[in-house]
Amino acid sequence: MKKVLQGNIALCEGAIEGGLDAYYAYPITPQNEISAYFAEVLPQKNKVFLQAESEIAAINMVFGTAVTGKRAMTSSSSPGISLMQEGISYLCGCELPCVIVNVMRGGPGLGNISGSQQDYFQATRGGGHGDYHTIVLAPFSVKEIYEFAKESFLLAEKYRIPVLILYDGYLGQTMEIFDTDSNEEKLNVKIDQNIDKSWVLDGAKNRPSRKIRSLLMAEGELEQHNLKLKEKYTQIKKNEIRVKFYEIEDAKIGLVAYGIAARAALEAVYKLKNKNIKVGLIRPQTLWPFPYNEIKNLSNYIKKFLVVEMSSLGQMVEDVKLAVEGNAEVFFYGRGGGALVSSNEIIKKVLEIY
Amino acid sequence: MERTQFVKPKSLKNTHHNYCPGCGHGIIHRIIAEIIDELNIREKTIAVAPVGCAVFAYDYWDFDVTEAPHGRPPAVATGIKRVLPDRIVFTYQGDGDLAAIGTAEIIHAANRSENITVIFVNNTVYGMTQGQMAPTTLIGQKTLTTPYGRDANRDGYPLKVCELLSVLDGTKFSARGMVTNPKEIIKTKSLIKKAFFKQIENKGFSIVEVLSMCPSGLHMNPIETKEWVEKELTKFFPLGVFKDV
Repeated sequence: MKKVLQGNIALCEGAIEGGLDAYYAYPITPQNEISAYFAEVLPQKNKVFLQAESEIAAINMVFGTAVTGKRAMTSSSSPGISLMQEGISYLCGCELPCVIVNVMRGGPGLGNISGSQQDYFQATRGGGHGDYHTIVLAPFSVKEIYEFAKESFLLAEKYRIPVLILYDGYLGQTMEIFDTDSNEEKLNVKIDQNIDKSWVLDGAKNRPSRKIRSLLMAEGELEQHNLKLKEKYTQIKKNEIRVKFYEIEDAKIGLVAYGIAARAALEAVYKLKNKNIKVGLIRPQTLWPFPYNEIKNLSNYIKKFLVVEMSSLGQMVEDVKLAVEGNAEVFFYGRGGGALVSSNEIIKKVLEIY
Repeated sequence: MERTQFVKPKSLKNTHHNYCPGCGHGIIHRIIAEIIDELNIREKTIAVAPVGCAVFAYDYWDFDVTEAPHGRPPAVATGIKRVLPDRIVFTYQGDGDLAAIGTAEIIHAANRSENITVIFVNNTVYGMTQGQMAPTTLIGQKTLTTPYGRDANRDGYPLKVCELLSVLDGTKFSARGMVTNPKEIIKTKSLIKKAFFKQIENKGFSIVEVLSMCPSGLHMNPIETKEWVEKELTKFFPLGVFKDV
C-alpha cells in the first residue's frame, strides 16, 4: 500500500505493524507527534498508551512490560534519552527486549530543538554503566523508519536486547511517499527457531517461579554473565550488520554517513558523478554493530574516506578510523548545533581532498 | 493426635535468609507469603523487589519476582500491571527506595491509582549501605551521615509517606502497622491483606507502611530496636488506617 507519512508517524505505524503492546513516554520536542498518535490510536486497538511522569519512569515502565514478554516501546529526544541511561543498563543486564527511539536534537545540555546527530557516542558506546551494547538502527528515509520500527521487536526478542532506533529531528518531520509492500529497505531479520520466552514473568502457574535480575553477587557469577553477554554481542556482530553502498566500485573517495546526513552525501555523490569525479557512499544502517570489516575491505583500494555527520566534534569518524586501521586517510566534515550538512558543502570538501 | 504446629507458606522458598538477627524483613516476607497463600494468588502474583537489603526477596519468595532500579518499582509495577491487568502486582520498597530516590514514581503511581499494592518498609535508616540518614530518620536520630543527630535546619523533617499519599484522590487504601510483636504482626498482616483485597477488587492504589527493625543500621540490639520502634517511632509515625475508600 502506498502511504504519505511524516517520519514520526511512520515510526508509529511500523511499531503497531510490528506488534507493539505498550508505549510509555514523557513529552519532549522534536518527537511529540509520536505520543499524540499513540494516545489516539493505541486505546482503539486495546493497547496501552501511558504518559509517564518522567523519562526515568517511562523507561522503567518499559522494563515492567518487557519482563512480561510483551512488546514495549518508548521514544524521546536527546536530553530525555540521557535520563533513560540507567534503565537501559538494567534492561541490558536483565536481557530484556524492548525498543527505544531517540529523535536526536542539538546538545549538549538543553541544546536546541533542531535535528542533530550528536548522540552517536551515547547510542553506540552505551551511555549507562557496565559492559553492554544495544543494537542501534539508523534509518535514513521515512520508509526505513517504518520498516525498522516494524522489525525492531523481532530483532530485540531474537537476542533479548534493547533496540535503539536513532534518527534526527529533521527526518522525524520529513514527509515522504512510500510503498509498504515493497521489499526495499527492510532489515530482513532471520529467525531460525521459535523465540525463547521461558524467562517471562506472568505468574508461576504450572511451572517453577522465576526471577529477573542483574544483581549477581556470588564469586565469579557476574563475570560469567558478562561473558555470556559478550558471546551474544559476537553473534549480533556476525548476523546483524546492515550497510548500504552507493557508487563504491571505482570510487577514489568513500563518503561515510548515516541517517539524514547520508541523504546530503548521496546527492553529492551523484552531482560529482556528473562531473566524472569518482566518489562513493558507505551508509551504515546499523551503527552498532558497526560495519568495520566492510569499510576495512574498501580501504584496500579507497585511500581517502570523508565522514559526514551532523556533529561538530565528529563521533562516527572515530569508528571509521578504527575500521581502516591506518590503511587510508580519514577526513571529517560536520556541522553541529542543529545545522544541516548540504551537498554543496560536501562537494567543496571532496574537491579539497580529491 | 498429631497437630501441625508450624508450616512454611508455599510462597516462601525453603532457604536461609541473609538478613541480620532482629531484622524485620523476614517477618514481613513471611506475612506477605502467608497472605498470598491464603488468597490463593501465588500463581498470578508478580512482585517487584527494591534496591536495598530486600533486593534478594526473589531468592526468598516462591512466586515470580523482578528486580527494579533503585526507587523505580512503582514504574516497573505499572508496566507489568498495565499489560497484565488480571495479575496481582506488588512492590516491596524500603524508605530510601520509596521516600527518597523514588518519590516521583510513588506519588505518580498513587495519583494514577495504579491498581497495585505497595509494601513500604520504614526502618528509618539505609541498612544495606551501613546506616545513613533516611528520609524517615527522626529529628535528633544519629546515623552514619547525621553523627550529631538529624537537624531539621540542615536535613529537613522525616517524611510521613502514608499521610502524604492519603491526600491524593488516587490512593484508595493507606495504612501503617509495625512488626515488633505477635499482636502487631497479626494486625499488620490484616492491613496488608486488606491492601491486596483492594487490588483484587480493582479499587486502585493501596499502600501499607510497616515500621520495622534494623538493629545493624540503628546500632542497637534486637530487643532495644524493637522497643525503640514501639516507643519512639510510633510517636512520630502513628499506626492506623489513614484512608480506606
